Amino acid sequence: MAILVTPETKVMCQGLTGRTATFHCGRMLSYGTRLVAGVVPGKGGRTHLDLPVYASVGEAKGATGASASLVFVPPQHAAAAMIEAIEAELELIVCVTERVPVLDMVRVRQALAGSKTRLVGPNSQGVLAPGLGQLGVMATVDARKGRIGIASRSASLTSEVVLQTTNAGLGQSTTVGVGGDPVHGLSLPEALELFLDDPDTDGIIVIGEIGGSEEEAVADVIQRRKPKKPVVALVAGRHAPPERRMGHAGALATRGAGSATQKIAALERAGVHIAHDASRVGQTMRDALS
Amino acid sequence: MDLYEHQAKRLLSAYGIPVPISEVAETVDAAGQAARRLGCTGFVVKAQILAGDRMSAGGIRFASTPVEVETAARALLGNELVTSQTGPNAARVKAVQIEEQVIARRMLYLAITIDPLSGEVVMLASAKGGDDIETRARGDSLLIQRLPLRLDGARLTGDFAAFARSIESDPRIAEGVAVVMQNRAAAFVASDATLTEINPLAVTESGHLVALDAKVTIDDNALFRRGDLARFKSAAIAPDRDELEAQEHQLNYLKLDGSIGCVVNGAGLALATIDLLADAGGRPANFMDIRTTASSLDIAHGFGLILANPQVRAILVNVHGGGMQRCDTIAEGIAVAMRRSARRVPLVIRFAGNNAAYAATVLKNSGIAYTSANDMAEAARIAALAARKEAA
Repeated sequence: MAILVTPETKVMCQGLTGRTATFHCGRMLSYGTRLVAGVVPGKGGRTHLDLPVYASVGEAKGATGASASLVFVPPQHAAAAMIEAIEAELELIVCVTERVPVLDMVRVRQALAGSKTRLVGPNSQGVLAPGLGQLGVMATVDARKGRIGIASRSASLTSEVVLQTTNAGLGQSTTVGVGGDPVHGLSLPEALELFLDDPDTDGIIVIGEIGGSEEEAVADVIQRRKPKKPVVALVAGRHAPPERRMGHAGALATRGAGSATQKIAALERAGVHIAHDASRVGQTMRDALS
Repeated sequence: MDLYEHQAKRLLSAYGIPVPISEVAETVDAAGQAARRLGCTGFVVKAQILAGDRMSAGGIRFASTPVEVETAARALLGNELVTSQTGPNAARVKAVQIEEQVIARRMLYLAITIDPLSGEVVMLASAKGGDDIETRARGDSLLIQRLPLRLDGARLTGDFAAFARSIESDPRIAEGVAVVMQNRAAAFVASDATLTEINPLAVTESGHLVALDAKVTIDDNALFRRGDLARFKSAAIAPDRDELEAQEHQLNYLKLDGSIGCVVNGAGLALATIDLLADAGGRPANFMDIRTTASSLDIAHGFGLILANPQVRAILVNVHGGGMQRCDTIAEGIAVAMRRSARRVPLVIRFAGNNAAYAATVLKNSGIAYTSANDMAEAARIAALAARKEAA
């Protein structure tokens, strides 16, 4: 089994008829994902990719029993689409849309608080459970069913680490991209906790990078839960040039977290196996498991 | 999009936040004329750059006559400033703001920003504003007060009156601070800001409030609905022409000072590639992240920027083909750029993922000579070695 999706998970796609959505939903169908419906306001009653299209999330849920949605809606309307899916009480939303305004995401987070929904993204490559299904835009060529969970802030590094874990004979239980935007749904520490509680995941790889404070929060979770499963982390950006800054508020609001060195030190203190660079992640996990 | 101080103040003043009278000048003569028009008894001449902490770098100067304003402007205009916030690259001063000098009896701090972890808009405030606030906050956790705000339709709401009283004991002044807070919150939503900071908010001898310095960052992703702010974008002085051009070609490109051109898809992989390069003793000439939406012609443009950089001694391509951006699209882009340029430097390529083998065929068919690497660590080592040989 995997995290976030099960063999029973039925998926709808908000924005199904768009060009990019059509391309990726076609790939998802051929990968075996149980994609059962599309939602496009004003286009209810049509068929697209041989799937029924509904005018609202509520109608699609009622007619098909879909409990998850993949949001492929342009940035101007993405927040409204996510809020509609939250109000329809879907269990899972995966939003791949890039460039959603950050204040719109603040609104989405307010709608999520106290709801039954888990949101992955936006600006996420999505969720891939090899052998089960794909909700997202990632490549699947190198993915193999296995027992390693991957939680990542970077789509490109996820592809790299999927290849390495497959080459190391480990495979993946699930890969999750938490998305590249500052305000998003599922966080790295939350994804880690899901993997810690998943009986079919034997080891967890966390892929972080400079900025924000989620890697520090991952270290806190590990300190608190002291897991038996090995956790391997890669933090990209050890040699990134320091960024130009505007004022002090950013540092004051997040209490000064952010550099790769600080993150690596926090993770190391918590007992995480650090992959020194991006070429050694699969090997580091194999060593940690043996 | 970061606004210059004079733009930020113009924006905040439109929302009823008091700022000193001022003008902007790009030449010494214009600075003198501005000072004569303003007719103040004391002036502050401030370098307009997109970074804070200008005072300690000499970017803020005081003058009492128009002639002294001209002297200060001459010292700043056209020169470079490095402050604790510019990063390693200095900022060139292309304009100065000439402002009435306001004597602060006390200095408050007021900011609104977004806390990524909680996903909330938060207001930060302190009774003790001023330049070194970040350092002081590290030693004193009570220095900064924090108020999470709620987004209610188009309004940001919070108990501003109580929050103002927590940093200002004089009830009459606290009332004024609450109004400034309310107006700031309105400006934040209406301009889709991700940061607004007033530091300091001066309390004058007569008990008036004046914003002496202001920083505003606008969410680039929201500019589509903020047409009124787009004018600041064209007025803003671009950091680098190549970088802006690359943006238009679906590339995130940042020039660095090393000798190895880097071509990578995805920001995370690009950061990781630079790490490997540095570990192997190489220095990147640029950061490049090819977005998934880039076409082969966009990529050709980006590759051309690297070939045109005379500091480049070797080029490292590290591409992991994904669901959208396949290796062969990038190979085609490289082939087009090589046809357009006569420049040849050692080229090291590592393709993995979608259509990796096909990409190698595309390059071979175009007659392009390169060293192929099996993994990214090997690619970084070969590129670093090649750059050292070329430089010798």
